[in-house]
Amino acid sequence: MSFGPHLLLAVLEGLVTSAVLALTALGLSLVFGVMRVVNVAHGEFFMLGAVLAWAISSMVPGYPSLGFLMALLLSPLIVGAVALLAERLVLRRLDYNPEATIVATIGMLYVIQQLALTFYGPEARAVPPPFNFRLQLPWFGYSGYKLSIIAASIVLMLATWFVLTRTRIGLVMRATQYDRETAQAFGIPVDRVYAGVFALGAMLAAVAAVLIVPIQQAHYLMGLDPLLLSFIVVIIGGLGSLRGTVIAALIIGVSDGVISVFFSPTLAKIIATSAVAMVLVFRPQGLFGTAPR
Amino acid sequence: MSAVLTLSGLDCFYGEVQVLHGLSLELNKGEVLCLLGRNGAGKTTTLKAVMGLVPAKAGSIRLGDRELTALAPHEVPKAGVAYVPQGRRLFAEMTVAENIEIGLMARGKGKPTRDRVLDLFPVLRQRLGQRSGTLSGGEQQMLAMARALCLGPEVLLLDEPTEGLMPSMIGRIRETISSLRGEGVSTLLVEQRLEAVLSVADRVCFIENGRARETVPASSLRDNPALVRRYVGVG
Ligand SMILES: Nc1ncnc2c1ncn2[C@@H]1O[C@H](COP(=O)(O)OP(=O)(O)O)[C@@H](O)[C@H]1O
Ligand SMILES: [Mg+2]
Repeated sequence: MSFGPHLLLAVLEGLVTSAVLALTALGLSLVFGVMRVVNVAHGEFFMLGAVLAWAISSMVPGYPSLGFLMALLLSPLIVGAVALLAERLVLRRLDYNPEATIVATIGMLYVIQQLALTFYGPEARAVPPPFNFRLQLPWFGYSGYKLSIIAASIVLMLATWFVLTRTRIGLVMRATQYDRETAQAFGIPVDRVYAGVFALGAMLAAVAAVLIVPIQQAHYLMGLDPLLLSFIVVIIGGLGSLRGTVIAALIIGVSDGVISVFFSPTLAKIIATSAVAMVLVFRPQGLFGTAPR
Repeated sequence: MSAVLTLSGLDCFYGEVQVLHGLSLELNKGEVLCLLGRNGAGKTTTLKAVMGLVPAKAGSIRLGDRELTALAPHEVPKAGVAYVPQGRRLFAEMTVAENIEIGLMARGKGKPTRDRVLDLFPVLRQRLGQRSGTLSGGEQQMLAMARALCLGPEVLLLDEPTEGLMPSMIGRIRETISSLRGEGVSTLLVEQRLEAVLSVADRVCFIENGRARETVPASSLRDNPALVRRYVGVG
């Protein structure tokens, strides 16, 4: 394959990574933005989404499309319910204290991971893709399913943007984010908003995981990479900025794809990590974040 | 006169530090009661306690026959109390229209429409799409009041509404307070300077070290500079 098509392939692979990463990082960013909670267990909600997707789709063997569709609907709902429970039982009792919740979510990380190991086991398992259509380009064929991941992510990001900027729910979330006390003085039940945001953040990670699991197997340790990459994206893009999250996910995903294809995946990770260091030194609020007042 | 809002024996703490010590006061129906006192006396904390934003360790806060300390903070506005915080605390990143929308979401049934509130502050009508953080100081104060009046409150809490405003603006805010009084709204007004309140307040309650010291008719203060000097210092 000559350079041009090779690059196109690398960019497409990068876009798939970006699509999944943007959804995952958005969940992390919303939770931090609104609740000021650094959710170290975010990657485990991702893993849980993938593992549940396998469990759900394997309940209807022989019908990959139906199994996948059920997983896409049910897995995020179950993960959201788990997150809601964790919020009620742990974060609320700590009064959302920033330091205490970091420690607590580290604990959640291990609890969820060990539960997955106990009930799901150490194997990596694949979920069959819902369809096997291949798009034939002049130079190579490309998975139609991978393209649909990109499309699904765009739709979900647009939906999130719409909810945040154009609906009452979004208004209430933003009010809580800017000024919790004044929000309460205007009748906003801040603790219910927190519970909803935490569940929503986890559900975004779970959706991303369901989308990725047909091309990357489910495994009980698979949450660590998305956690790290989400932190990278959120730091570069700026916390609480939807636009920043999308752009940073594109930068990280595409450069990861291109550098991995032409050089090595390790070099891609080194560059991403250095980029974070540079941002933290020269623009700590992130490329699109607003500096604290 | 009947009291709409009654605070009695209120104790409030920030962590271990006690800030209000058995504070008691009564706000009568349709009056403007001014809380006057030095910086750090506990005026803001008193208003926050009414809103449930600072918990009351002891004492009671009654609105009519409802005990406000038993409510969650977000239930207080629906009970009929609106709050204009010190420093305005607008949602600065949001537009004027969005700030007003948040006020409207908190109102009870059958309360004022957006149009009625905007009629009080026509300037805001031309600024609906503007980010509220970019308004001038006076416009921001009007927006903060408009946002609170969206609730159609029985009791209005105003924390230093004239702080940092130009004299012409101060007059404008004062007029609004007087006209609300005419509509039967009861107002608890916090100020640090006497001249800001003389023309609008019915009674003045002096706050010192977290205690309500004495409450006197506003009209009696002109002839009693010693009292004012004692609680607020010069002027
Ligand atoms: N968030 C807070 N945490 C700790 N102490 C506070 C806080 N807010 C106010 N205080 C203290 O409580 C006292 C009363 O403050 P405040 O009610 O704001 O006074 P005022 O509004 O009369 O100027 C002051 O001594 C102030 O330092
Ligand atoms: Mg004050």
